[in-house]
Amino acid sequence: MNSLQNLRELMRRDRVFEFMLQKTGLEVDLSHGTILYLEDVSVSFDGFKAISDLNLYIDAGELRCIIGPNGAGKTTMMDIITGKTRPDSGSAFFGQNINLLQLSEAQIAQAGIGRKFQKPTVFEFHTVFENLELSMAGDKRVWPTFRARLDGAQQKRIGDVLEIIGLQESRNKYAGSLSHGQKQWLEIGMLLMQNPKLLLVDEPVAGMTHQEMERTAELLTSLAGEHTVVVVEHDMDFVRSIARKVTVLHQGSVLAEGSMDEVQNNRRVVEVYLGE
Amino acid sequence: MSVFNPLKQDRGGQIFLAVLLLAMVLVPAFNLMLPEASPFHVSTYTVTLLGKYLAFALLAVAVDLAWGYLGILSLGHGAFFALGGYAMGMYLMRQIGERGVYGNPLLPDFMVFLNWDSLPWFWYGFDMFWFALLMVMLAPGLLAFVFGWFAFRSRVTGVYLSIITQALTYALMLAFFRNEMGFGGNNGLTDFKDIIGFNLQEDGTRIALFVATALMLGLGYIACRAIVVSRLGRVAVAIRDAEDRTRFVGYRVEYVKLAIFTFSAVLAGIAGALYVPQVGIINPGEFSPLNSIEIVIWVAVGGRATLYGAAAGAIMVNYGKSYFTAALPEVWLFALGALFVLVTLFLPKGVIGLLNRKRVET
Repeated sequence: MNSLQNLRELMRRDRVFEFMLQKTGLEVDLSHGTILYLEDVSVSFDGFKAISDLNLYIDAGELRCIIGPNGAGKTTMMDIITGKTRPDSGSAFFGQNINLLQLSEAQIAQAGIGRKFQKPTVFEFHTVFENLELSMAGDKRVWPTFRARLDGAQQKRIGDVLEIIGLQESRNKYAGSLSHGQKQWLEIGMLLMQNPKLLLVDEPVAGMTHQEMERTAELLTSLAGEHTVVVVEHDMDFVRSIARKVTVLHQGSVLAEGSMDEVQNNRRVVEVYLGE
Repeated sequence: MSVFNPLKQDRGGQIFLAVLLLAMVLVPAFNLMLPEASPFHVSTYTVTLLGKYLAFALLAVAVDLAWGYLGILSLGHGAFFALGGYAMGMYLMRQIGERGVYGNPLLPDFMVFLNWDSLPWFWYGFDMFWFALLMVMLAPGLLAFVFGWFAFRSRVTGVYLSIITQALTYALMLAFFRNEMGFGGNNGLTDFKDIIGFNLQEDGTRIALFVATALMLGLGYIACRAIVVSRLGRVAVAIRDAEDRTRFVGYRVEYVKLAIFTFSAVLAGIAGALYVPQVGIINPGEFSPLNSIEIVIWVAVGGRATLYGAAAGAIMVNYGKSYFTAALPEVWLFALGALFVLVTLFLPKGVIGLLNRKRVET
């Protein structure tokens, strides 16, 4: 009798087998107001601990700046969130429900985490328009990509993003011919096309002129709210101009967290930065 | 959407297809309608030679799709070409029937010679033309799929990938050289008699083969062009230029590579199948690593990432080879080598790049 019951249980009509559950395309659950959880994350390369027991929580819709001296583990942390590096221990969750450690880079991107690299990387032999088109959220499997055509709404969406990043005039230029600052904006635009919930931006103003820097600050502040933005930056003036909350990383873990003023007056932060 | 959509804004491709169409009509006409004394008469030997060039051109287009647009420098496409050729060769062998030297109705000569008493299982079905055609595409396609699955999933790229493709074709060459493999050993497959009932030595058959090759080259070109102008083609170029970025944008890079690489291998197989009945032999030498490197040279000479440039390069280099062997029998290899060096030094975008630059200037 028992086995029959087991069988009935197994074949229950409302049963959904675990392997049938769709892993990607999952809507991220933000009911607790926190979009990113990194808990007790550690990773080491050849014995060097790049990240050790890192705990970091990012609230949905906030603009967070992450600072820290060279080698503090800022880029490694981004690598872990986007699936490029797997941690030795710890957990990384996107919202309540998406376990980032089980997904590939492409799946993480589709789940809603966009990343801008330190060095601007755009598709140099495509036009600005095409760069945005390729980045657009949608079915990115091989055959649908082959059959894909732009519809009116999508064209409009690309137009909107072109306006946000201020590159309308350059829409038909090759991305390779843009200036350094324009490439950085284009890359942010490419992130926006993916409709990400969380934007990871690695050193957005490196090598920018003062005016470009101001425009980038405006751009990033305007994105916060609708999106969650995490900025890693070295330039303290820039951080001061946009930051509401700052996290200081040192030797792979969080040293201090708070508003810019709090952090600047923190004794340990001063020690690390000034080497006293 | 029509077949001709991919050709919009493709001046070079339109010219290329027009020339191809012209050749398809004029070459047979000049062969059949003009008397042999006429200066415009095209001999059957020339028709077959041109057919061979066109098969090479299709192979070059296949390599250009993978190299020029996807950034995969395959130095092993000769293997896919040869596999397609062997599939066709096996069909042609089965057509010989009792007309072989040993007169065995079932077994090809080399099997009788090796004292085999039955047909190996992998030769079954090759007496049927449709089955052979299927295998022409399936054998190279499957090999490319399995190879690509492992290579692209473990993210082997650049020089390493090129070296592995060389190893692939070299390994296949060694395997096919062995008599026990059942593909005729180092003599390969030859002495073909007829194809779907038509005598291979007859002018009509040779012209039909030429026309079929030209047709397949045209269709292959249009198919590749359709991929290139689609969003998938733009993703391929994106992978070529910034693979990591493409991955973070959300594309499964390995699947895109796998799909296009496999398609390219199938095209190479078709080219091999068209080549074999025209030259009348297929042997393991076709797997030689040198052959695969030569294909890349054709593409580089013609102009990478243009498709029609690759086809033109294949025809030019092979014509040059035929010409130099006749005109400069002692030094033809040096002449050919000099040609490659000059092109690499002075025409980084190939001959087509030179023509396009001229057009921009005027």
